[in-house]
Amino acid sequence: MAEKYISRSSAIAARMLGGEMMVMSAVDSTFFTLNEVASAIWQAADGRTPLSEIVASKICREFDVDRERAQRGADRFVDELSQHGILLVSEQPIMDFSSSPGNQ
Amino acid sequence: MSLLAEMNQKALDLGLPISVHFDITYRCNERCVHCYLDHDDHGEMTTAEIVDVLEQLADAGVFFLSLSGGEVLMRRDFFEIVERARQLLFNVKVKTNGVMIREKEAARLRQLGVEQIQISVYSHRPEVHDAITKLPGSLKRTVQAIRFLKSQGLKVTIANVLMAGNFSDNTGVMALAKDLGVLYTLDPTITPKMDGDTSIIALRIPGSDLKQVFHNQELVGNVEEFCAPPPAPGEDVMDGVPCSAGHTACYISPYGDVFPCVQFPLPSGNVRRQKFLDIWRHSPELNEVRSIRARDLPTCSTCAHVGTCTRCPGLAYMEGNMRGPSTADCEKSFQRTGIPSANMLKRTRAASAGPLIQIQSLPNSVQNHNVALNVALEENFLTV
Repeated sequence: MAEKYISRSSAIAARMLGGEMMVMSAVDSTFFTLNEVASAIWQAADGRTPLSEIVASKICREFDVDRERAQRGADRFVDELSQHGILLVSEQPIMDFSSSPGNQ
Repeated sequence: MSLLAEMNQKALDLGLPISVHFDITYRCNERCVHCYLDHDDHGEMTTAEIVDVLEQLADAGVFFLSLSGGEVLMRRDFFEIVERARQLLFNVKVKTNGVMIREKEAARLRQLGVEQIQISVYSHRPEVHDAITKLPGSLKRTVQAIRFLKSQGLKVTIANVLMAGNFSDNTGVMALAKDLGVLYTLDPTITPKMDGDTSIIALRIPGSDLKQVFHNQELVGNVEEFCAPPPAPGEDVMDGVPCSAGHTACYISPYGDVFPCVQFPLPSGNVRRQKFLDIWRHSPELNEVRSIRARDLPTCSTCAHVGTCTRCPGLAYMEGNMRGPSTADCEKSFQRTGIPSANMLKRTRAASAGPLIQIQSLPNSVQNHNVALNVALEENFLTV
């Protein structure tokens, strides 16, 4: 299966509030809150680190969850946010870091 | 409860500022008759100072950032400020009159990911709108700006401030908004000037017009529900906070002054002298505002409208007491439901009772006698 690389869209607003990430699309004003695990994936979405590595190094280690289950959850999360244009997904590293206006 | 309401509640529980209204200039190219600002520049913050404040706001947890003025585009560094705000991932709303927005500016706002633009329109008729802004040709340019912004796919809201002079045009502005494909919001509140001058209050629409607004289905939806008598307030209402001012929101002026809200000119600190978070957490003024619950309001806690009133603590403060009623909101509650507020009833009773003691200038020789007579009158009055 091809590797996934994920990067945050520039057309969003985001802020951490009490352990949860609030994310709002500037395109359609859709509002999301991400739980602690999803927030960790979000913050690691730098366009260079493969999703599988994010799952292994961040999710499995920090949240004590088995690799297969964590990967399934991460795939679902990435699919959903990419459908709303909140996350950009590619099979190649996403090198255009200008698309990510900040790293809050 | 919506997700957004849940986040607001969470911010309230955590004592975090989730929204900031930041006026980056008071300068303006219009001179609106109802404006509460002094448009002279008394030493606005520099670009570097504003960027530093934005970084502090991001660190403090602010998510919703309204950039307003004055006219924001009067600042040459406006786009630099928006760019930094977006890099810091704020949800940015811009309030403008649109006069300086052409294709290029609209495209830049879109590129920067501004979430919403609010534009003031006072009438669909140039002779009325331009008379209010005192800028000939302003309606034409404002409407052009809305078209440019819409063509970029931006979310635009027309804000229609209602005054006696433009009241009859609100349906025309609503139709204009529909024609342009933008949202419409109406505000019948005229606030005193920041320096305390209340002369512009005379521009407010009379109560009968307010009643008409509140009974317009197109504006309020279900009229019966909107204008229903208030339910008896429960304990949760009496323990509630009046609004977000100072609790999850605040206002910053172009000079760095921090206030609980743009409509609540209680000086609470200055970001040129203190860190924003120090002001937010430790300002005695903000902490006093935060300490007030509905049960602490001497008049309003006894009012039938206490649970449904839009009472603005800032307007009450401008009337002399942040724990007192805001008469403009008393009027709104009355015109909406037909039920007078506790404050209105109190004032009516005071006016009909008349003074208990008539004080007149009398020759020294009869003064003692007169005092005795007045006391007797007061006793009679009290025993009736």
